[in-house]
Amino acid sequence: MIKRNIKVRNSLGIHARPAGMIANTASGFECDIKIIKDSLEINAKSIMGIMMLAAGQGSEIALITNGKDEKEASEAINSLFETGFDEE
Amino acid sequence: MIIKKGVAASIGIAIGKAYIIKEDNILIKQKAIPKEKIKAEVKRFKDALDKTKKDLDKLKNKILIVLGKQHAKLIDVHHLILKDPLITKEVINLIVVQGINAEFALSKVLDKTGADFEKIQDEFFYERKHDLFDVGKKIILNLVRKEVITLDKLKEDVIVVAHNLYPSDTLHIRESHKVLGFCMDLGNKTSHTAIFAQSIGIPAVVGLSDISHQINTGDNLIIDGEQGVVIISPTEEVIKKYREEKERLYEEESYFQRLKGIPTVTRDGHKVTLMVNIDSSDNIKDLKDLKSDGVGLFRTESLYINRKTPPDVKEQKAVYLSVAKAVNKKTVIIRTADIGGDKVTDLGIKGVKDEENPFMGLRGIRLFIKYPDMLRTQLKAIYMSNTENNIKIMIPMVSSLNEIQFVKEICSVVKNELANEGFILENVPELGIMVETPAAALTVDSFLNEIDFVSIGTNDLVQYVLAVDRMNPYVSNLYDPYHPAVLRLINVVIQAAHKKGKHVSACGEMASDPLAMCILMGLGVDSLSVPMKMYLRVKHKICSSSFEKISSMAQSLLGMGKSEEVKEAVSEAMK
Repeated sequence: MIKRNIKVRNSLGIHARPAGMIANTASGFECDIKIIKDSLEINAKSIMGIMMLAAGQGSEIALITNGKDEKEASEAINSLFETGFDEE
Repeated sequence: MIIKKGVAASIGIAIGKAYIIKEDNILIKQKAIPKEKIKAEVKRFKDALDKTKKDLDKLKNKILIVLGKQHAKLIDVHHLILKDPLITKEVINLIVVQGINAEFALSKVLDKTGADFEKIQDEFFYERKHDLFDVGKKIILNLVRKEVITLDKLKEDVIVVAHNLYPSDTLHIRESHKVLGFCMDLGNKTSHTAIFAQSIGIPAVVGLSDISHQINTGDNLIIDGEQGVVIISPTEEVIKKYREEKERLYEEESYFQRLKGIPTVTRDGHKVTLMVNIDSSDNIKDLKDLKSDGVGLFRTESLYINRKTPPDVKEQKAVYLSVAKAVNKKTVIIRTADIGGDKVTDLGIKGVKDEENPFMGLRGIRLFIKYPDMLRTQLKAIYMSNTENNIKIMIPMVSSLNEIQFVKEICSVVKNELANEGFILENVPELGIMVETPAAALTVDSFLNEIDFVSIGTNDLVQYVLAVDRMNPYVSNLYDPYHPAVLRLINVVIQAAHKKGKHVSACGEMASDPLAMCILMGLGVDSLSVPMKMYLRVKHKICSSSFEKISSMAQSLLGMGKSEEVKEAVSEAMK
């Protein structure tokens, strides 16, 4: 299991398009992927779950991957946040 | 007061309050799914997801063209929602674990997720729940499209207003006994719902393009099925005028009642065989009461719809026998089931789904040739029901001689089977075809070596000859039974059949239309078959016409170039 804390930096927060990118990326991995914000824990493969987090700019989340390809999954999703979801 | 002109689909006048059926206003009921059916239920849900995915693709293309790339991205989000484990995993999990129907499982998940979203303070994210519900609604529509709406729950008499009514809705209209009449945006005189309205005798106007958006439940409404007019919020005077007209029609109807049982003869003494079209769900008592010249078209489709397995020999036999015994030894022409692809999947048989063009697809005899067991079962039931020696068999949607030869082979199989079972078959029913494809019409002479009679199914024949989908509102105005091409083709069929001494009947809309009926008679059709509710009206029309005038006029119609000329000439001859 890998847990990493991530800060949402892009200006619009995790709105529909970033949520879609996360869900799409997460769905490509076998391992369980969860995102926790405050007390809410959701399945990162679920676009609705991610949007339910209502994670605006500056909010802090925890990414937990658990399973065979947990390392790659954690990296891939983290890099989405790093690059600010290709926001222009 | 607003007056809307549509297509008169079923005669009569209805005055009452509107009841709107909204497609998105679906009542979802919980149903327990038995263990052995769970797998099928999951599959039904997955099929609905696939269908929704295709719908989204189509929508995306449309949006791309109309609004551009930026807007089309919204559909990408909807695609992702469709793939969301909430939908793909949780719903299926609920179906399997709780043994409930897919619609209910889905609505449970949607409600719960919706409630979670309500807790979100941020307005932007809060609004996202609409995306979920939008997708959810699309799936549900694909799941329940052929299911119950709310018609069976009606408490008072209403006029139903809808965008389109599905066959299952019409079933509930019949069962509710609360529907005075109906009108809808789509459809025309020969669409399923119109035929249905005629058969139960409630007034209907269809093809009104957007009436379902102009009326609210509870609005006062008049349906004029004589003129094809709907009046929204009529004034007192108009209501009064229509009440009087309704009264007049009622009196006319009671006059028609006196025509029961007397022979159908033109005023110059020409005898006409006038038969009825019935459906297996029609009332046998009404049929007996009518004292008609027999049943020219017995539609058997409703024996097959809204059920999971096709009816067996015993069940079918009971229905056929009851009709055969109700007509006082007169002929009963049973048409083998004219069902299409979607109904097969309901029957649990692997069928064709989402045909691009079902009217040109797997229907009628084509389907039975693919599933010969269904044909064999139906033929066997019909054979065994022919104890009065008055039953004939008619095969629908025939387009090639091979098909009728195939049917005859199955007939021999059935005969052998019956012989082996010790059943003594005293009377082998005659075999005929429904001429409804141009192919069958043009080559009817070669068919006639194999069969005993033909019946012209005018509704489909017109549609196929003119290449007009009568359900398509953009072209339904081109659907024209008076088109010279139609008349010439009908003439070809009659001439060919009479040359070989075979009987020609006509069923379909033309047979009960006051003008078209005269053309058919004039061209030499031997018998007409009309809906029960139209029977006495048509009889009255025949009795007051002159056969000599009609027949001397008919041949001249064949040389005319336009349907307007045809209509004018017939109206003249009818005076």
